[in-house]
Amino acid sequence: MADSTVVSDQQRSGSGQTAPSRGPYIAVITNRSTTLVIRGFMLFSIGVFLALVLNLLQVQRNVTLFPPDVISSIFSSAWWVPPCCGTASAIIGLLYPCIDCRLGEPHKFKREWSSVMRCVAVFVGINHASAKVDFANNVQLSLTLAALSIGLWWTFDRSRSGFGLGVVIALLATLSTQLLVYNGVFQYTSPDFLYIRSWLPCIFFAGVITMGNIGRQLALYECKLMSEKTHQD
Amino acid sequence: MTVRERLREKISAAFYRHGLLCASYPVPIILFTSASILACCYPLLRLPLPGTGPVEFTTRVRDYTVPSHEPQGDLGERPDWYRGPPVAYIQQVLVKAAVSPWDSTLVPVDVFRSPLGRVFSLLEEIRNHVHNDGLEALCLQVTDLLPGLRRMQTVLPEHGCLLVSPGNYWQNQRELFDSDPDLLKTVHQHEPKGLHTTATLRDLLFGVPVKHTGVSLYSRKRVVTYTITMVLGSYDARFLSSLRARLRQLHPSVNCSLREDQMVHVHFKEEIGMAELIPLVTTYIILFAYIYFSTRKIDMVKSKWGLALAAVVTVLSSLLMSVGLCTLFGLTPTLNGGEIFPYLVVVIGLENVLVLTKSVVSTPVDLEVKLRIAQGLSNESWSIMKNMATELCIILIGYFTLVPAIQEFCLFAVVGLVSDFFLQMFFFTTVLSIDIRRMELADLNRRLPAEAGMPLPKPGPLRPREAPPPPRPSPHTITLQTPAFRNLRLPKRLRVVYFLARTRLAQRFIMVGTVIWIGILAYTDPAGLRTYLAAQVSEQSPLGEGGAGGLPPHLGVAPGFPGPGGDPASTLSVLPAPAEPTPLPENQSQGHHGAPRDVPLQTQAPPLVPQISWGAEDEEGWRKLSFRHWPSLFSYYNITLAKRYISILPVIPVTLHLSPREAIETRHPQDTRHPPPPSLKTNDLPADLTLYKVAALGLAAGVLLVLLLFCLYRVLCSRNYGQNGVAHGRRRRGDLPCDDYGYSPPISEISPLLLRGHSMDIECLASDGMLLASCCLAGQIRVWDAQTGDCLTIIPKHGLRRSSSSGCWEQRDGWDAMGVAEPENLGGGTEPGGGVFDEDEGYPLRRRTTPRPALFENQPDLTPLIDTNFDSQPPSHLLLTPPRDGFDFGGLVERAYLEHEPPSRSLGYIQPPVPQGQGTPDWESAVWAMELRGNLIAAGRSSGKLELWDAVEGSLRCSNEDGVSGITALAFLNNRIVAARLDGSLDFFTVDINKPLGLLQYRGPPGRSNMPPSPCYSSEDVISCQLTRSVQCAHQKPITVLRAAAGRVVTGSQDHTVRVYRLEDSCCLFTLQGHSGGITAIYIDQTMVLASGGQDGAICLWDVLTGSRVSHVYGHRGDVTSLVCTTSCVISSGLDDLICIWDRSTGIKLYSIQQEVGCGASLGVISESLLVTGGQGCVSFWDLNFGDLLQTVYLGQSSDGQGVRQLVVLNNAAIVCDFGSELSLVYVPSVLEKLD
Repeated sequence: MADSTVVSDQQRSGSGQTAPSRGPYIAVITNRSTTLVIRGFMLFSIGVFLALVLNLLQVQRNVTLFPPDVISSIFSSAWWVPPCCGTASAIIGLLYPCIDCRLGEPHKFKREWSSVMRCVAVFVGINHASAKVDFANNVQLSLTLAALSIGLWWTFDRSRSGFGLGVVIALLATLSTQLLVYNGVFQYTSPDFLYIRSWLPCIFFAGVITMGNIGRQLALYECKLMSEKTHQD
Repeated sequence: MTVRERLREKISAAFYRHGLLCASYPVPIILFTSASILACCYPLLRLPLPGTGPVEFTTRVRDYTVPSHEPQGDLGERPDWYRGPPVAYIQQVLVKAAVSPWDSTLVPVDVFRSPLGRVFSLLEEIRNHVHNDGLEALCLQVTDLLPGLRRMQTVLPEHGCLLVSPGNYWQNQRELFDSDPDLLKTVHQHEPKGLHTTATLRDLLFGVPVKHTGVSLYSRKRVVTYTITMVLGSYDARFLSSLRARLRQLHPSVNCSLREDQMVHVHFKEEIGMAELIPLVTTYIILFAYIYFSTRKIDMVKSKWGLALAAVVTVLSSLLMSVGLCTLFGLTPTLNGGEIFPYLVVVIGLENVLVLTKSVVSTPVDLEVKLRIAQGLSNESWSIMKNMATELCIILIGYFTLVPAIQEFCLFAVVGLVSDFFLQMFFFTTVLSIDIRRMELADLNRRLPAEAGMPLPKPGPLRPREAPPPPRPSPHTITLQTPAFRNLRLPKRLRVVYFLARTRLAQRFIMVGTVIWIGILAYTDPAGLRTYLAAQVSEQSPLGEGGAGGLPPHLGVAPGFPGPGGDPASTLSVLPAPAEPTPLPENQSQGHHGAPRDVPLQTQAPPLVPQISWGAEDEEGWRKLSFRHWPSLFSYYNITLAKRYISILPVIPVTLHLSPREAIETRHPQDTRHPPPPSLKTNDLPADLTLYKVAALGLAAGVLLVLLLFCLYRVLCSRNYGQNGVAHGRRRRGDLPCDDYGYSPPISEISPLLLRGHSMDIECLASDGMLLASCCLAGQIRVWDAQTGDCLTIIPKHGLRRSSSSGCWEQRDGWDAMGVAEPENLGGGTEPGGGVFDEDEGYPLRRRTTPRPALFENQPDLTPLIDTNFDSQPPSHLLLTPPRDGFDFGGLVERAYLEHEPPSRSLGYIQPPVPQGQGTPDWESAVWAMELRGNLIAAGRSSGKLELWDAVEGSLRCSNEDGVSGITALAFLNNRIVAARLDGSLDFFTVDINKPLGLLQYRGPPGRSNMPPSPCYSSEDVISCQLTRSVQCAHQKPITVLRAAAGRVVTGSQDHTVRVYRLEDSCCLFTLQGHSGGITAIYIDQTMVLASGGQDGAICLWDVLTGSRVSHVYGHRGDVTSLVCTTSCVISSGLDDLICIWDRSTGIKLYSIQQEVGCGASLGVISESLLVTGGQGCVSFWDLNFGDLLQTVYLGQSSDGQGVRQLVVLNNAAIVCDFGSELSLVYVPSVLEKLD
């Protein structure tokens, strides 16, 4: 069970289906920092949600059938994992548009919600594959996931900054997970690479890309609102 | 030409041909596609439907052997899961115990305390039974419970045999049982709180449903039933038979004839638990969000929802086709379909469909549908093929991962992609062509005149106004005024909702669905339902004296099980026998085969001798348990039964009879404290509980339904009424609306036709549909053909242009023949002599104009007077106004105010021989107002002079100089002209034609327009214009607006009032007061509905017939600049750059459009749903029904801020607007084309 909770740590990413419904409410708010906070909160909640769900997906791999109260035990053990994921996803989601802005190359590729949804679905699918599909060995699993992650980046992002940031964050996250496990906070049931699962960086990378995608889309939305507001004023 | 380009061309050509084919034969292609979908889905019929219910298979005990792993072909009746050993064998010992005879001294607890107590000895007996080797060797050894189940540790066995019985409550220790003061509490304390759906611990331990245990203070039958369940890991027939014999010997069940020769194998499907459901639900939510966001992008089509549905159908049926094809070729899907389905949809995607739609939609609208489809397809062919190839490559790579699951997924995806491509090409393209054709047809129907659309425009019975309105002047604005037709304008989604509400479709659908559902329930689960009903009926049967005799026969047949185990004899025996109260001897176990379960007479009073009966329902008592019973028992030990099976051995019956003495001996001291059973009615307590459950479930379902409806409502009615709507930023040139696919809405076909010729800014614009008259600041009037944009006439006739250096008029043609002109021409345009006149017509040439705009304010606009061309200005001033010297602004301003003064004609001037001798043209004063009817141009000048010009010939027909104050507004209706003057007076003129007949119809074929016989005057007519009446003080302040329609003249003034005059007798009918500012805009139409807007931002709707105010709304901060009405709504624009759309009947604001600064002063309505607004160098078209910006047409190449101030809608669905010194004629093609 501890394994599953650690595994869930990797999902610093999330989906954005909550975003468009808030449109009119955002319009009310004029303050820029307030919108930033709201954006961060949305990203945070998305991250928490995905962490819980994907954690559940990982739990299923080890336990085939659940007695009724397994779910409650998931929520009770390691309560700090979902908030961590949420915070990380908020940071990443805010970081991506910021870096785009700093680099001066706004991200123009497939900027629409349906594409973001597709990205999130593929990300969940990657997690699903890692949890459900039986691979012959771990090398195969890792290679497949790596290919899928790169494919995700190529399909939905295609920006060098996105790739670089994704790799850096994935490495950092893997390192921190490694430290956590090494210090005995967690352990995996079947570690295959120095205490942890070797496919972890791929999942991290895919998560970062997904989260960045959502963050950019949210920022774009806000940008539009701002420009329209200036028209109104 | 590279290979790539050649390939590209070939693909494009193939797609073009294909598009032509699809659009030409839509119906056969759709039929063909449907047939192929059905054919491909046919293999799916053979797949079993998903279900989680267990499947049973019965074999005989006698020759039972553990089935081998290899499938055996000869045993046809064996299900394919019956292979290999089962997970476990279940052996139940069914104990029925009763204290008999029942003694009145016994307390209720005695009913179950001593019978339960016997479980320990039985357990001992079973555990110690040794045949070859004991139970320990045979039974299923279990280890730890799952970590989450610590609280069950005391109850469920760990590290040993899985042997459960009620004794587990007391850790299988007799001492604990004996010292337990309250047995029921011990049993209950492990029950979960609230509702429970799965097997409870009590069910697990007792092995029979709670209702049947009899462990209750209020049991009437006083028979306690429970089981001891042994879970065996391996099968040993001899051990089991010896155990059976031993128990039967110890506790004989005399009347028991349960069948013992059949064992049932139960196979469990894969369970979908809550934990598995959550990720699944999440993926589905993401999928739906994806579909939603994708289909939302479809626009500019006739039926958005229809196309979205078609897109989804395309994807879904391609999935079905892929599964069907895979099944056909022997690839049975082993993947969980529900899990991979969302990913498949995401992989296949809706993108191609959207790309196709956009591509087709962005083709030129005026093409034929066939060609549009073909062109759209061929435009996108390359990218579609490229994407397709890329996806296939990716999937192919996935296939070489050599992971079976991924390979299978890839196989499905490949087949799905190919079938999706097929469907896109055939199904969706055809649907798209049908949709686009429908859109064109709808346009056609809408634009056609009413005579073409309707057989008889009979006056509606509900028409509120008295007079049938005269035919509208333009064909496309003809709309039926009947309020019954008003709902035609509603948005489609609202219409759907209204339709649902009217027909109560949803309600009926739900009712039918419920009936079907109940029917299915009764059909698929007849046993459970009938058992339940029979049980209910038989429990309440004592009401009838005859017991089951009075029962309807179909209910009495009941509790048999459909399983192969039930034999007909035992089924019959369960029938409650006719009343035969058989008091049986005590020491004997009562009843015989088929004894009544419930003796009716004895139910009135509790039976003295509890009867233990064995019936067929005891044979397989586990069937009454939840089908999750066994999976949940095993899941506690982390053993899954999914896709595996267990074998249930025939039960061993044990009958226990205890004497009252024994019962009293085992009594706990506290047992007697229990009160006696209060009454009989508590027996229906479980039924009540069921009722509560049903009620709670119903409530939850209701709440869910309400939430669902709420969401539905939000989806359907997303517009926020009454708020400042979505701000549509007007798109700038350069960032035209391009989406990711690089498409922009079709703009190429709307190209404005620029009418050049005026040298200064255009001030007045008038049109009667066929002709177009414009007047610029220079006083030049030009008449254009509104169809072609040709300049027909120039008044004054000589082409004059202002020389760039001097600002004076230079003659361009017609002068060379005349020697008079020579010196002036040599003078380089700055010729001083102004007294040049035309010998042909004798019209003097104007030397200098005082350009004045048409005024709508109380102050004259002085801006045109400011001329920065200082080097040339003073001499011309000197010439024109001799007394003045130098450059005097004050003089200019004064001049503007004193326009009525006789202009100083400075130089020699010969009265020209005007053919009709109706007056002299006045070149010195500016044209402030202009109207065009027929071929007469009425021009009101700043000098107060009214002139009538022939629009074709350019000759002055008559003029009237009765007034001296400048004419600020003109209205020309039939043969009357109304002129409003600067001093607030209103003059009514009558145009008389002295030679009435022989009219020359200039205006095209007469059938085209249904205008009233508008005055068309031939050049021979003598036209006179006489002042019939002059209302001197029509208003206290200058009149700002003048409108005439339907025989009424409406004036608005700075004095906050609106006045209504009758046109015939110039009688003032009403003075409408209600505004708190000057009137700035007025609209009146044939239906006599009058709308006025003022400087206070208010809009008033008036009834012209009664003079009453219909509604009064505030919509703008600042002036209302323009007002237009359609049949159902009022559109207003204000200085705050807001366009508001109001409901005409209720006065409720429907929505508003925020425009850029400096836009939206001019408005026009092209049809019922098409609004056009003028902006900075562009005009925008809006869909009135939804407030969407349809298109923005840029008038000039440079988008510098030349605002469009005037905008006239012509009746051939073109609009004319001024654009600096140019006129811009914009045809709206989709409207234009459908007119013909």
